[in-house]
Amino acid sequence: MSILTDPPKESFRLSMLIYDTRFRSATIQVVALIGFLILGGWLISNTAQNLVELGKEPSFGFLNEPAGYDINQRLLEYDNQNTHLRAALIGLLNTLLVAVMGCVTASVLGVVIGVLRLSPNWLISRIMTVYVEMFRNVPVLLWIVFINAIMIETMPAPRDFRGETPEATMKLMDTVAITNRGVYVPEPLFTNSLGDVHLFGNSSLRFDVSLDLLALLLVLGASLFASAKIRSNADKTQEATGVRPTTWHIRTAVVVLPSVLLLMFLGLHWGYPALKGFNFQGGTYMRNSLIALWLALSLYTAAFIAEIVRGGILAISKGQTEAASALGMRSNRIMNLVILPQALRIIIPPMISQFLNLTKNSSLAIAVGYMDLTGTLMGITMNQTGRELETVLLGMLVYLTISLIISGVMNLYNKRVKLVER
Amino acid sequence: MNKSVFFGALTVAGLAAGASAAGTLDDVKARDKLNCGVTTGLVGFAAPNANGEWEGFDVAVCRAVAAAVLGDSTKIEFVPTTGKTRFTALASGEIDLLARNTTWTFSRDVDLKFTFVGVNYYDGQGFIVPKELGVSSAKELDGATVCIQTGTTTELNLADFFRTNNISYEPVPIETNAEGQQQFLAGACDTYTTDASGLAATRATFDDPSAYVILPEIISKEPLGPLVRHGDDEWGDVVRWTLNALIAAEELGVTSANLAEMASGTNNPEINRLLGTEGNLGEMLGLDADWAAKALAVGGNYGEVFAKNIGENTPIGLARGLNAQWTDGGLMYAPPFR
Amino acid sequence: MSDISFVRKDMLPPKEPPASEVGVLGWLKVNLFSTWLNSLLSVVALAFVSMVIYKLLSWALVPTWHAKSLSECREIFAALGKDGHNSAACWGVIRDRWPQLLFGFYPNGAEEGVSDQRWRPVLDLLLLGVAMAPVLFSEKVPRKLIYFTYVYPFIMPWLLWGGPIWTPICIAAGFVIAYVVYRVLGNIFGSLVGLVAAVATALVWWLFLSGPIASGLASILPIGLEPVASRQFGGMMLSITIGVVAIACSLPLGILLALGRQSDLLIVKSLCVGFIEFIRGVPLITLLFVASTLLNIFMPPGTNFDIIMRVIIMATLFASAYMAEVIRGGLAALPKGQYEGADSLGLDYWQAQRLIIMPQALKISIPGIVSTFIGLFKDTTLVSVIGLLDPLGLTNAIRADAAWNGVVWELYGFIAFMFFVCCFSMSRYSMYLERKLQTGHR
Repeated sequence: MSILTDPPKESFRLSMLIYDTRFRSATIQVVALIGFLILGGWLISNTAQNLVELGKEPSFGFLNEPAGYDINQRLLEYDNQNTHLRAALIGLLNTLLVAVMGCVTASVLGVVIGVLRLSPNWLISRIMTVYVEMFRNVPVLLWIVFINAIMIETMPAPRDFRGETPEATMKLMDTVAITNRGVYVPEPLFTNSLGDVHLFGNSSLRFDVSLDLLALLLVLGASLFASAKIRSNADKTQEATGVRPTTWHIRTAVVVLPSVLLLMFLGLHWGYPALKGFNFQGGTYMRNSLIALWLALSLYTAAFIAEIVRGGILAISKGQTEAASALGMRSNRIMNLVILPQALRIIIPPMISQFLNLTKNSSLAIAVGYMDLTGTLMGITMNQTGRELETVLLGMLVYLTISLIISGVMNLYNKRVKLVER
Repeated sequence: MNKSVFFGALTVAGLAAGASAAGTLDDVKARDKLNCGVTTGLVGFAAPNANGEWEGFDVAVCRAVAAAVLGDSTKIEFVPTTGKTRFTALASGEIDLLARNTTWTFSRDVDLKFTFVGVNYYDGQGFIVPKELGVSSAKELDGATVCIQTGTTTELNLADFFRTNNISYEPVPIETNAEGQQQFLAGACDTYTTDASGLAATRATFDDPSAYVILPEIISKEPLGPLVRHGDDEWGDVVRWTLNALIAAEELGVTSANLAEMASGTNNPEINRLLGTEGNLGEMLGLDADWAAKALAVGGNYGEVFAKNIGENTPIGLARGLNAQWTDGGLMYAPPFR
Repeated sequence: MSDISFVRKDMLPPKEPPASEVGVLGWLKVNLFSTWLNSLLSVVALAFVSMVIYKLLSWALVPTWHAKSLSECREIFAALGKDGHNSAACWGVIRDRWPQLLFGFYPNGAEEGVSDQRWRPVLDLLLLGVAMAPVLFSEKVPRKLIYFTYVYPFIMPWLLWGGPIWTPICIAAGFVIAYVVYRVLGNIFGSLVGLVAAVATALVWWLFLSGPIASGLASILPIGLEPVASRQFGGMMLSITIGVVAIACSLPLGILLALGRQSDLLIVKSLCVGFIEFIRGVPLITLLFVASTLLNIFMPPGTNFDIIMRVIIMATLFASAYMAEVIRGGLAALPKGQYEGADSLGLDYWQAQRLIIMPQALKISIPGIVSTFIGLFKDTTLVSVIGLLDPLGLTNAIRADAAWNGVVWELYGFIAFMFFVCCFSMSRYSMYLERKLQTGHR
């Protein structure tokens, strides 16, 4: 017979904090936390002490003072009497603008180049290899400066369009002017414009929404929705009867007609650029700095995306293609229905991290004088007000937010397409 | 592993630097090296030559100060700074002296807490345009595209000028003078605006300088001068009076050619006081008696420095203009050495 | 009938394939002109390539190597009948300034009293190659060479920055002392006490003793190199120094961060994740702004270390976040069995990491580490924005020389070429390694 006894009750000893695995992790964490707090406290107290010595009280009051400088590239209205906050907002929008444009072109270019690198045509695949290696192995800052220099040196200046026998002429039936200041294209104008809505009154964050654009978007959205509805009805009919009604003409009409009617109602006409005074006037205008930055970022990132795309396609085993052809699929359907859906799962995550890189690299805009967030808030504003701490911290915070949003989207996507493995 | 070595070295460096929070003059003497902030490169004012030695008009001020304090114009560390980094470099003590064609303004003096010790070049902001544009006044520049260096007072002046005259413009911000020149030459901007001295220097290097004109309007006052931190008056005095010694030497006729002769004593008491053969001005500054003679021995007096780096016989070819001695109708006026 | 047999007795020799299928023609047909679309593409591409090459050559092949200034170049262009100020290359600027583009302001013998010291960075780079060989080409070099790799981190800063030889020796001595303390005390009181004591002794040694001892030794036996301030670093050498030092320093940091991120200690993990995501979420340029404007504000008043040190610190922090992700990838790629195997052997956490996990994880991570290095190396050009004279920053300084004002393409081209050579060869190595590792796993 055996007697069950409780193991001797262990009293808590200090050394258990280190040697007992039950407590050790807690000890390590507490030590780490204390270390972190001490480090943080040390940095903050140093900063406070230094700032007092320099006589600078940290304050964000400068954001509400007039900026005093002009920004050429702006998506919202702005003049030099607006606040520094407004200038930073303009800069942020410029960052987002070039980032979005860059991501779109970089993906398109990247996919094309990635596929062409696998082309059976020796010459083409070699050229693409040279392209990829050339762009991947030279710093992006150098490319930005380089492409900007090319644009400045090789495009005609507006003065070349002057005179009886101008050295340069406008392209596309005199509607587009390509100069070394930028590209001028016609802009849509409305005679019966609905006007703008002014949001946020007079604050630094105010912006105007064009009602014309809003109306156009609404109508277009509604017609697309209607068109989708017609299509799903056609699908249903096909499933029920086996005969697919012809719907393409109705769908085209549904999409196109309302928009055209709206545009006619608004009185659409085009404003063409024309050389007046020093510059081309009229039309809209994409500045050289924006084009150079956009091109350089897209070309650079496209080289990386091309490699990702190539890797993704090569990673799909050949058996997939063979099996699909054995089922009698044609080659474009094999690509669309078999290869790409699988390759995309591999391609998209690294591609999004390239988008992230592109967005961060857009901060090199100052090299070509494109006024992005780094150029306004962390550039001229910092320089004019002498508020290094506040501007740099604020700028970092904004970039961090953008990055976190992008990587949040990436994680969501990853969760959706994740293969469920064991 | 490498990391620890590195941080070890850093700690040592940090401790060494931390121990010396005395006056800048004592720091410089203890270090036996002057840290001088200059531009990353501006024709005539500061640029490294092929051997890596810095040369130029602003550099000459640094060298004179180094010679006056340390007796050797090569005991100097040039710290290239951008428009953005210059003030923090000075405020944080990374440099002892900033000689980077910096405009003396109220807010820099009062709000950013620097002491401008004087003016070594009186400048003003101007415009350069190609002749074929047919513009003869800056007020005709309505709607023009203007290349402008960012991070300077010039962009604020520009905004003010166009607002006062109620005309519009399109700014093209650029980082460096070299880029501005490139854009302007290619016609990417109608006019380039910066300090008139910079414009002249830039124009001098063009293929065909005569095809470009500098417009008559000078839209701002740009007194450029060396500056030091607020609150260290001993050091401020050293730099201020070194600069004044260069200017006074020109007025008094002391040149690098006759320096040795004059340093042995003349019958002009002010020259004697300046060169340290009479009185104890050097001692008052905490320097050797012949501090000014050493400073002058580097590149001569103000006029010689001017002529060598940016004067009419250099490619830059600037006239003295406002920067002539007051006796010649200019603004260079050194207080008496007494 | 006769005995004529229509059966062939000997084999026919194989026929030559049609002329259009072999040789140059065949190759052309398969690779360039297989379909009409391909043919069209080939022709267009060929025209494009030949045009680019023609333009490039006619620009580059001009006898301007010995020109002393841009205006002299322009005279040469005019004599050759090329008009326009950028119609051909002005190579004189490269001849005049290539040492500066490579070494920056490193003492070149021009200054009195200081002899040409430029052999030091060159030797350093060569030694770096030797030190990396046991890691990069482990099977091709003698194993003993790894000891040199351990010593190299002490030689490298000494060669670059100079000073008495006793400083690196004393710092290295700190490691030896720490090791001895660890062994002695560890055997008596247990490893944890030993570790704490070793770290403490080493810190005391480095902070309070090594400095005076090194200077004492230096005054007795003054062996050393001419000290060079980090201010004088510039050009390509600056880029390489920042890149190499930052990557080397970020490796241990990155390992710790990766382990922290993988661990199940909540606070440690969130601190590591926070740090990594913060650094990866902001552009490098903002970190460089911190280095140039804020780092001195964060330090105790009076501390002042020069901008190159500050940039190296920020670049290290930057690289360590990326390194942590690379190593985390390596850790994740290890089969779970390795962890379980280590546990079943009764190894504790650190033993398992040191003996089982890290050697394998680091080996898998080498290609990733190399590409992180390439990325960082390219990103070092950003320091020109805060006024350091790296190659890109030097272009501006060179163009501020009245003789070369207006030169554009030659400088950019030369710098691009230097970066291309470095990065391309590294990326080739990384691909070679990836192939080697791949076959190892199959």
